[in-house]
Amino acid sequence: MTITERDRHYVSTTLSEARVNLEIETDGMTLNLGPQHPATHGTLRIIVKLDGEQVVACEVGAGYMHRGYEKLCEVRTYPQVTTLINRIDWLSHFANEVPFILAAEQLMGIEAPPRAQYIRTIFHEMARLGNITLFLGEMGLQLGAMTATFYAFRDREHVLNLLEAVTGGRFHPNFDRIGGLKDDLPKGWVDECHAVMKKIRGFCDEMEDLVMGNEIFQVRTRGIGIIPKHIALSYGLTGANARASGVDLDLRRDDKDIAMAWKHADFKVWTHPDGDSFARYWVRLQEVRESTYIIDQLLDGLPAGPIMAKVPRIIKVPAGEAYVQTENPLGWMGFYVVSKGDLGPFRVKIRTASFNNTSVIPWVCRGLYVPDVITVLASLYFILGDIDR
Amino acid sequence: MSSADTDAPVAEAPTDERRDALVARVQAKLGAGVVETHVIPGVDAWVRVTRDAWADAAQVMTDLGFTFFDYLSAIDWYPNIHGKNEEPPTNPIVVPATSAELEHGVTGGETRFQLIARVYSPEEKIGLHLKADLPDDDLAAPTWSRVYFGADWHEREVWEMFGIDFRGHRNLAHLYLPGDFEGHPLRKDFPLLARHVKPWPGLVDVEAMPGEPDEDEDATEGGEGE
Amino acid sequence: MGLIEKGKAPKPLASLLNTARRYSMWVYQWGLACCAIEMAAALGSPRYDVMRLGVIPLPASPRQADFVIVSGTVTDKLAPALKRLYEQMPEPKYVISMGSCANCGGPYWDSYSVTKGVDQIVPVDVYVPGCPPRPEALLEGIVLLQQRIGKEDIAARWRGDPIVVG
Repeated sequence: MTITERDRHYVSTTLSEARVNLEIETDGMTLNLGPQHPATHGTLRIIVKLDGEQVVACEVGAGYMHRGYEKLCEVRTYPQVTTLINRIDWLSHFANEVPFILAAEQLMGIEAPPRAQYIRTIFHEMARLGNITLFLGEMGLQLGAMTATFYAFRDREHVLNLLEAVTGGRFHPNFDRIGGLKDDLPKGWVDECHAVMKKIRGFCDEMEDLVMGNEIFQVRTRGIGIIPKHIALSYGLTGANARASGVDLDLRRDDKDIAMAWKHADFKVWTHPDGDSFARYWVRLQEVRESTYIIDQLLDGLPAGPIMAKVPRIIKVPAGEAYVQTENPLGWMGFYVVSKGDLGPFRVKIRTASFNNTSVIPWVCRGLYVPDVITVLASLYFILGDIDR
Repeated sequence: MSSADTDAPVAEAPTDERRDALVARVQAKLGAGVVETHVIPGVDAWVRVTRDAWADAAQVMTDLGFTFFDYLSAIDWYPNIHGKNEEPPTNPIVVPATSAELEHGVTGGETRFQLIARVYSPEEKIGLHLKADLPDDDLAAPTWSRVYFGADWHEREVWEMFGIDFRGHRNLAHLYLPGDFEGHPLRKDFPLLARHVKPWPGLVDVEAMPGEPDEDEDATEGGEGE
Repeated sequence: MGLIEKGKAPKPLASLLNTARRYSMWVYQWGLACCAIEMAAALGSPRYDVMRLGVIPLPASPRQADFVIVSGTVTDKLAPALKRLYEQMPEPKYVISMGSCANCGGPYWDSYSVTKGVDQIVPVDVYVPGCPPRPEALLEGIVLLQQRIGKEDIAARWRGDPIVVG
């Protein structure tokens, strides 16, 4: 955006101090945000060309966390891949394993028993809780409200305790196996889980009041970074980013064939027509509440039975290609597994949500001011491991 | 997996009318561009097109209502010659002489590199995979980024990892790797050097804990057991 | 303060200064990947509070930091930035390598783009193993570092002698 003659005339006649600055015309400045910057979820580098304080062009430098997942998966066996892919989107630990396990099971032609499907879905939703509660607190941090982060960490610990009680790991549980799960739930876990869901709902109410009700937060996020519906579809935005732009896509409701237990729960898919940063925060908050209701329903309907189907000890997946996607906390995560009948996959293409979500940043940041760039980055909520794999 | 049961006459062969109809619609629009199709009922559908029809395919799919772009990638069908380098392979890996003899997956193929892309229809809630063969001597394809903006980054990644050129792309630069990286990592003939330099730690003799007597000297395998 | 560098300071004074140093540290957190979340839980969450050890997170810049915790996978693309930021820290500085990715490459030991261990780039004082290490493990690593600082001979460090683990 250049300064027109009309602007100059207006400024020079109304603001006497500005008259001096107008004579100094400089070239635009290039600002480098990152890769080490507390306001991004890790090592993302944003290069913005500025005209004053407004962004003229924006480029994203990713790849600082590129670990070569797709190549590494080719030289590992299926159980070893499960261990590795936990760490792609490191905040939604369990949810990363699920699409790969489902793809391998699809190729093998087996299905996990119902109890395992229910528990897998419950853990998937708990991954969503663990991930998005951090977002709710941490978006406040990026906008300058540090208190919300401490509340988020405190209440997130309850979810991590539950996960640790079952799997032994707060993070990266490595719990999913081809054919089912590793272990069953311990005694008393179901009641404990119900209690924690009440606490998380209380946390949501707290965040609604503390962060969303805050005037400064509203002014900084309403109308900032609007992504229209056709852009969201064309770039492939998924998850809350798409739903906040009015795109009504939710694989938990739409994908009827997937071998998980979402079809047994009654839940609402939240969308927002605005498409700005506030909408993205709002949608995620409603989703966290909805997840607690889903978990409550699934816990009440948990069937008895085995948690592991009959699988051979050494897993060899027959030849074929399969693609399974799930509605992960950040968006759609899919694994395209090409198998040639070996112990390990031949090619794994990992479709991650944050890759598409981040590719829209150059489009969205044009014309914004620098602090708004931070708001947009915060509201799009990517995880670096998810972008860079 | 998709053909009729031969020993259960009561169970009819599962058919997927939605996906069959979808594939038929695509074939009607692309005509000779479609080389092969594959439908696994209730699961997924693949359509393989020629490289010349690849650019049209993007426009055709958008017109058919598939406005959501999922991903774009490539598959290298060359056998895994480097592999894990953990122990000598029991079956020696046979590398065919020509690309046409390589083992391809569903929808077949004649070349070493195949592009694969997936688009989704938000109204019909159904997705479709599209594949295209790329000739070995001319590893290039027309870009999709004018129609599906999200393909921009995906094509950059495919160029970086496989070396496939995308004609018409605005900025085919490195996305993940440092600027001075040599080679295309996801090609099967790109070795993982760490595996050649260092043996897999799980195969090495495990020393006894301090205070314990050294037990048998046999090599113990890693925890995975395979 | 010239007494310390010349090595003429009496032992009680040196040990008093070491105690003062080790219980008032500013940590620059280089949080890269999953370990960063556990580090954030250790540094920020009320449950594994690190401030009770005398360590305060979030300095304004590396030039005000006493030690750095490298948590997460270091890639070859990021390594020059890490080296540059380490050089910006003033002496005496320490490095804690958290997690197996930073220790030795971790689960990505065979990747083409991962630096197999941050000690290839910067000298490391304490290695905290785990994938990811629990916040308590990181706190133990910090306590070990504090014990090491307590026993340190600051004169030797000032002269540039190689660091000896006693």
